[in-house]
Amino acid sequence: MVTKKHDASENKAHSAAKEARPDGRKPDEMRDLKIEVGVIDRANGSAYVEFGNTHVIAAVYGPSTVHPRHLEDSQKAVLMCKYNMIPFSVNDRKKPGYDRRSIEISKVIKEALEPAIFLEEFPKTMINVEMEVIQADAGTRVTALTAAAVALADAGIPMRDLVSAVAAGRANGKIVVDLTKEEEDADDAVDMPMALMPNSGKISLLQMDGDASAEEIHQIIDMSKKVCLEIYEKQKEALKKKYKIAE
Amino acid sequence: MLEEQSETNDNGSVAASHQSHEAPRIAVPGEVLVESKEILPGYGTYRQGDKIYSKLVGVVSSAARVIHIIPLSGVYVPRVGDYVVTEIKEVAFSFWNVDINSPYTAIMSSMDTAEYIPKQADLSRYFVPGDLVLAVVSAVTQSKYVNVSMKDSKCRKLIGGVVVHVTPSKVPRIIGKEGSMINLIKDKTKCYITVGQNGRVWLMGTHEDVALEAIAMVEKYAHTSGLTERISAYLDKALSGRGNAGPAGNQSEENIE
Repeated sequence: MVTKKHDASENKAHSAAKEARPDGRKPDEMRDLKIEVGVIDRANGSAYVEFGNTHVIAAVYGPSTVHPRHLEDSQKAVLMCKYNMIPFSVNDRKKPGYDRRSIEISKVIKEALEPAIFLEEFPKTMINVEMEVIQADAGTRVTALTAAAVALADAGIPMRDLVSAVAAGRANGKIVVDLTKEEEDADDAVDMPMALMPNSGKISLLQMDGDASAEEIHQIIDMSKKVCLEIYEKQKEALKKKYKIAE
Repeated sequence: MLEEQSETNDNGSVAASHQSHEAPRIAVPGEVLVESKEILPGYGTYRQGDKIYSKLVGVVSSAARVIHIIPLSGVYVPRVGDYVVTEIKEVAFSFWNVDINSPYTAIMSSMDTAEYIPKQADLSRYFVPGDLVLAVVSAVTQSKYVNVSMKDSKCRKLIGGVVVHVTPSKVPRIIGKEGSMINLIKDKTKCYITVGQNGRVWLMGTHEDVALEAIAMVEKYAHTSGLTERISAYLDKALSGRGNAGPAGNQSEENIE
């Protein structure tokens, strides 16, 4: 994993809030965003998303017949999400397989995507969303969610809206967006992943880790919303680019 | 040449929308297509307040007062009257389970075959798993139980040949306006081609490889205009230098010509 070395360290928390972020970004500036659509041939839809050093690949399979059969719903499709971190995605090798964390993230991602999909159009089927974190530098759940939304659209699944997600919070006394692992490890860090359905303006995921005042939370949400709209534009662009044919 | 008129039960507007020279507009889910109370939301769209939004990634197409989306991906959802290339999966007591390249499986009853099958007959004498059959969707219930039938003059068992899969929503484009595209490929490659609405294409003939490539091209460039000319040029180029041998109709196909 590539991690940039920064000289500034200990006295950061005490220094003035004006100081730039470890990687020199502005508070409301997100990391370099890259979205690629249709990266897996055999999946119905797929997407690859990079938030700086966080890289996630998502694949959508279905609608298809439901397995195991007892989960079948005669009124609507069943959405199944699997979030997984590849062992080499972090510095200390992650033990492969499902753990408490990945099961929780799979659940919140499922619940963040569900309101955006017209599940009732495909009764008795399941839609499988699989997300693999290839490289992790904080914000993996929002990166996975952004990728999953694009992959679902690519699979031709009817959706009310796309879902754009970003994590914002506080690091070293400043409200910042799209935290890196380094920022997330600050003493006073607050991490708040948020998913937004951009057209309706509805929030479909909101979690928080750390302590913040009500005022700060409002600031974080406002900043996240703004950045989610930037991500949304990139998602739209990526989906349209797949079908742009050079004459 | 086998003249089976491939079915276009789409309204044909797919081909029409591509005839215009302006670049097609591609919409993504949640995108506002139009803000008007006069226009009605068609396939792949939904209304909320005054605005009509897209549900799918696809080409925006409008006919009269209706705006709809022609999807560029997605699975096949059976509709009554569709001609589908099916694969027999399982032989049961009085029916076959067939795969229609869809999330929903279908059933073909022994009463729905072209020839009369006596009760209690061993159905594996007629079709066994793996057989390909051109059938028509005869019923789809609310809870998505699908029946297919061979009681139609076009339906038959497909013997030999190859099968390719295409995106079901692009089938109308592969067939073309009144079959223009598929007839072009059939004529030039001298292949027998059957396009199922479920996205399965069966073909057999000497120049199968060229026909396959042409179909792949139509699928890739389905949302661009002037495609028929481009395919025609490709076929001429690919076939030049090859002997103009007739169709290699060997098996049961021979006498249909």
